Amino acid sequence: MSDGILLPVVDEDGAPFWEGTRLGELRMQRCSECARFRFPPRPMCPWCRSTASEWPALSGRGIVWSFAVSHPPLLPAYAELAPYNTVVVALDEDPSLRLVGNLIAAAGAPINSVDPATIEIGEPIQVVFDRVSDDIVLPRWTRP
Amino acid sequence: MTNSIKDRTAIVGIGQTPFAKNLDGSEKRLACEAIVAALDDAGIDASEVDALASYTMEVTEEVEIAKNIGAGDVTYFSQIGYGGGAGCATIGHLAMAVATGQAEVGVAWRSRKRGSGGRPWANTVAQLPTPAQWTRPWGLLRPSDEIALLTRRYMHEYGATRDHLANVALACRAHANRNPGAMMFERTLTRDQYMSARWISEPLCLFDNCLETDGALACVIVSAERARDCRQPPVYIHSFGQGLPSQHHTMVNYWSDDPLGAPARACARRLWAGADFGPAEVKVAQIYDAFTSLIPLSLEGYGFCERGEGGPFTDDGAIELGGRLPVNTSGGGLSEAYVHGFNLINEGVRQMRGTSTAQVEGADTCLVTAGEGVPTSAMLLRK
Repeated sequence: MSDGILLPVVDEDGAPFWEGTRLGELRMQRCSECARFRFPPRPMCPWCRSTASEWPALSGRGIVWSFAVSHPPLLPAYAELAPYNTVVVALDEDPSLRLVGNLIAAAGAPINSVDPATIEIGEPIQVVFDRVSDDIVLPRWTRP
Repeated sequence: MTNSIKDRTAIVGIGQTPFAKNLDGSEKRLACEAIVAALDDAGIDASEVDALASYTMEVTEEVEIAKNIGAGDVTYFSQIGYGGGAGCATIGHLAMAVATGQAEVGVAWRSRKRGSGGRPWANTVAQLPTPAQWTRPWGLLRPSDEIALLTRRYMHEYGATRDHLANVALACRAHANRNPGAMMFERTLTRDQYMSARWISEPLCLFDNCLETDGALACVIVSAERARDCRQPPVYIHSFGQGLPSQHHTMVNYWSDDPLGAPARACARRLWAGADFGPAEVKVAQIYDAFTSLIPLSLEGYGFCERGEGGPFTDDGAIELGGRLPVNTSGGGLSEAYVHGFNLINEGVRQMRGTSTAQVEGADTCLVTAGEGVPTSAMLLRK
């Protein structure tokens, strides 16, 4: 990956997610009381008000819920790769869990490695993990 | 509803600077110029101003405004968040303050050098903390990218097309071509030009995105009683609402149960509950248009059509002058100026005064909305 890409500023709420990706797992926050998933992570369950939560690893399978294709003007590190796609992925375990990511040709491939004209809403995709710094591993997505 | 603010306050002055890609002077100076112009329009001395309201993104604080314009003792001041979602709420908060006796002369304003002053999304230090950790690293950098994802999904679910989005862009441009103050006054736009324009974030092209503008605007709000003695005919604030829907995520609503359930829907319930008329009686609308796709979403959210029908609603010139519901009659954010939607407010006032450059004949009611896709606000104006 190019230098200059934006890295997440990890906070207390999101830290377990990023711990998971470092280990090659897609972990999502689930309420320990009512067992509902929630995203983005936050201290309180909005459905039962419990502050107890756990972070199970999910299958990493989902479908393309939507996608966009970004063109300049963009930050320099991204402009170099434009046009590139961003996707919203609906996860199989709970389709109301939707993550932003990129659809790439294979693990480690750049974010412009899939022809945007071939992307379809509803197509199944699978998580892969891309180490972008010493501490940060981003989930991205490939076709199975 | 004896406690209602219905028709108890009025906008009696509007002011603005020129709009351009690059204006001389600080945002502070431009704000003061627009405010003084609005007070002159109303025939009210600045020393009588005792209430101020603006956006949290406004760079000039109330103390700076007050000491520049020579306000008296200010007894009410309010800032509203969520970028363009604040627009109508600046007016609504002042209307509530004046109606409840907390103040007598309110000024709302927005001053912004978005044309020459840099793009907020390029400030990576401000961009990265939560919730941007869930979007920015993958290259979802700009508001245009965020709304592009919602727009694609909207087109997929409801069959809206680029022709529908073009209807919006062309309506705003046609109105701007009648407005000498609009940045795009002399620049016509055809459907062919729209369809062949460069992409910004597919499915949004250049003409689906608002302008980048330097400029400032302001309004003066007083009680209905006082309004009768002002220089201009009063434009009554008939109803006002704000909306932050349940489980809403500002700009990136993919995380809610109903991502295409626009904040307009929550705002509209309050807005219409406070009104004597409904969508069918609205003669002209100023609808927040940072992106063309926000117009169909808002038309649905405010009840002008059913969900998913916002695209076809724009066909056959329906939102152009002479159509069923003329929208953004000064050109809007797409073709007049993008000052976080405040120019929509001033145009709503001009329509009620009968002084718009695209005047809707017999217009006596006007909807004005603030940013869609973020916690928002809206108001109904009447003669």
